[in-house]
Amino acid sequence: MENVASAPASAPAFAYAPAPESRAVVDIAPSYGLFIDGEFTEAADGKVFKTVSPSTEEVLAEIAQATEADVDRAVQAARKAFEKWSALPGAERAKYLFRIARIIQERSRELAVLETLDNGKPIKETRDADLPLVAAHFFYYAGWADKLDHAGYGANPKPLGVAGQVIPWNFPLLMLAWKIAPALATGNTVVLKPAETTPLSALFFADICRQAGLPKGVVNILPGYGDTGAALVAHPDVNKVAFTGSTAVGKEIARTVAGTRKKLTLELGGKGANIVFDDAPIDQAVEGIVNGIFFNQGQVCCAGSRLLVQESIQDELLDSLKRRLSTLRLGDPLDKNTDIGAINSEEQLTRITSLVEQGEAEGAERWSPACELPESGYWFAPTLFTNVTQAHRIARDEIFGPVLSVLTFRTPDEAVAKANNTQYGLSAGIWTEKGSRILAVANKLRAGVVWSNTFNKFDPTSPFGGYKESGFGREGGRHGLEAYLDV
Amino acid sequence: MPSSALTAAHPLKDVTTSDSALRRFLHGLPGVDAVGLEGRAASLGTRSIKTTAKAYAIDLAISMVDLTTLEGADTPGKVRALGAKAAKPDPTDRTTPATAAVCVYPDMVAVAKEAVAGSDVKVASVATSFPAGRAPLTIKLADVREAVAAGADEIDMVIDRGAFLAGRYLKVYDEIAAVREACGTSARLKVIFETGELSTYDNIRRASWLGMLAGADFIKTSTGKVAVNATPANTLLMLEAVRDFRAQTGVQVGVKPAGGIRTTKDAIKFLVLVNETAGDDWLDNHWFRFGASSLLNDLLMQRQKLATGRYSGPDYVTVD
Repeated sequence: MENVASAPASAPAFAYAPAPESRAVVDIAPSYGLFIDGEFTEAADGKVFKTVSPSTEEVLAEIAQATEADVDRAVQAARKAFEKWSALPGAERAKYLFRIARIIQERSRELAVLETLDNGKPIKETRDADLPLVAAHFFYYAGWADKLDHAGYGANPKPLGVAGQVIPWNFPLLMLAWKIAPALATGNTVVLKPAETTPLSALFFADICRQAGLPKGVVNILPGYGDTGAALVAHPDVNKVAFTGSTAVGKEIARTVAGTRKKLTLELGGKGANIVFDDAPIDQAVEGIVNGIFFNQGQVCCAGSRLLVQESIQDELLDSLKRRLSTLRLGDPLDKNTDIGAINSEEQLTRITSLVEQGEAEGAERWSPACELPESGYWFAPTLFTNVTQAHRIARDEIFGPVLSVLTFRTPDEAVAKANNTQYGLSAGIWTEKGSRILAVANKLRAGVVWSNTFNKFDPTSPFGGYKESGFGREGGRHGLEAYLDV
Repeated sequence: MPSSALTAAHPLKDVTTSDSALRRFLHGLPGVDAVGLEGRAASLGTRSIKTTAKAYAIDLAISMVDLTTLEGADTPGKVRALGAKAAKPDPTDRTTPATAAVCVYPDMVAVAKEAVAGSDVKVASVATSFPAGRAPLTIKLADVREAVAAGADEIDMVIDRGAFLAGRYLKVYDEIAAVREACGTSARLKVIFETGELSTYDNIRRASWLGMLAGADFIKTSTGKVAVNATPANTLLMLEAVRDFRAQTGVQVGVKPAGGIRTTKDAIKFLVLVNETAGDDWLDNHWFRFGASSLLNDLLMQRQKLATGRYSGPDYVTVD
């Protein structure tokens, strides 16, 4: 054995070479219209808005902004298309969905780069996580289209009609897939509003629908702000509303829809607990914690934003975690070495910053690794708060950014009590080598998804959704069909 | 036999006082989740190493190679050729770094020593009845002493996997400690676990700690003589172990993956594992080695490619 010797003279640092994806694979037009009845058209009042790249603040394109009149036009187109689309045999609808899935695979590199440009998330996430899942969702629900009789909802279940869908900016194309694939498979037609900061991949998807020969009006895309979404949700000829986004907007939508005959599913905020017991596989738990809160810059509704660590291993775990955070690479999201990309918008950055300042003001201890932030764009360094208690706002409010709050517990009961002590209930994680404890604790957690010894793993066959203020209804899996069937 | 590797001041001295204390300690180490470990190893394999980073990595990797011949048919001529190649891997380019060591059977140590004389290349020898390790301790120790007496700078020993799998950890510990003692002050000790035979990642972590407690200067994955040798996952796990061991004891131990690493691309992936797991304190040939024979030629061909812009071919590097 030898004590630490000095390294040989003048060894240069082991610097990775920048490896940016080529932007040439995606051709972004200067402007985009609304996609209604199979055609791109201008908005009724000619209004447009700009979409910018969060990592550079570069304007990517001008987008038509849908008005109430456009919503009406799109819903009517969808209504008209519904007659024929819902009457098609399931196997015929499946053909279109399979075709869409294959085109997504063929164009996946292009879509991954586009999504990274428009959203700011690292290319390794769009390319290795988002796009494969997008294609998988279409493949999965294509498979259900001709088997609806066997889905457990009785023979010949009927579609609902026109689905009005509003999706968020954190996984633009993936959320589109989660919404559109089951809707089309079950025979519904769709009017979808993407988020105002990330409309591009939905508009490219419109092009894919045309490429796949999808009948006109089956899918309509209406970019716009909250008022466009509100008009869509309130439209009397919409039969089903599906929303993923913030709890505040979800509550508004619930109020709008209350008393109508519209079916509603909501997938809202979260404050997921990631519980690490003292017998956990520490090194893998550290990876899971990192993946749980820093995946997509923490802009994930099911993020493991509350770390509940057993007191006896707190120091050891935090040391490992801090060391690991120091190796995270923040920067150009198009570089395949990048782990942490840009925050989606200036507005979101302001919100994160203000919540983090509150955390400090409340007495929690803030820590970030040494980390240089690029000069332009919206950036926030990975951040860790220790000495957090249940009474702190950073332990209760959804921050939706790369900010982890660390709490401790002493017994499994206390872990469960703290994990459940939140207005949300979307996700949770359990880290322990003891199988019986996984089952016992998972049964007591009030969360739609409970991961054990892993985090943020998704699969089209697995239902996803929340408890309490995280919403209701399930997306994905056989359960995901129910939201689009008259059962 | 009393264990001698740990000094009285060692923070982990108590855990080796009895078989049961050692078992409790080793079984109290954090478990390993196989899916998570392999996932992490795979994700680190995607870092981009190009141009200057690649040139640096290739030279670093060459300097970390333990150029190895472990054949029953080894002759003095073969070993001399290997030694010459280790000292000057690429006769057409004098800027090519030498390899770390040549690794031979004990009876070839004197020949190897002579072959690398005048260079910084070390001579490593696989003693302790390599590769099976199935011989009485007296014979293993004699094997080590012969090799050290012949001038070996490094001893690569195999552990008694049978004793380890039977849970007789103190026996394995004592054997390593005895070999460590037989190495004296002149030779560094690399302890080979034969991870492919230990079967579980939990076992590999326990073996790593056991080896380090007993005084290993290096922990090494495998002999290269079984079906599963070095993998990114088992090397990542051992890097975590040396990192944690240094954090607890202040003592730094080296890591050597061996067997199955044949291409530059693979070698660079291992360097990324080192860089992001144990850290750059381990990024030199005092602390990290590749046990390989065919890897060197691929490194040399890639090096020529970077220098000239075109691929040459196997005839542009020496066969041994």
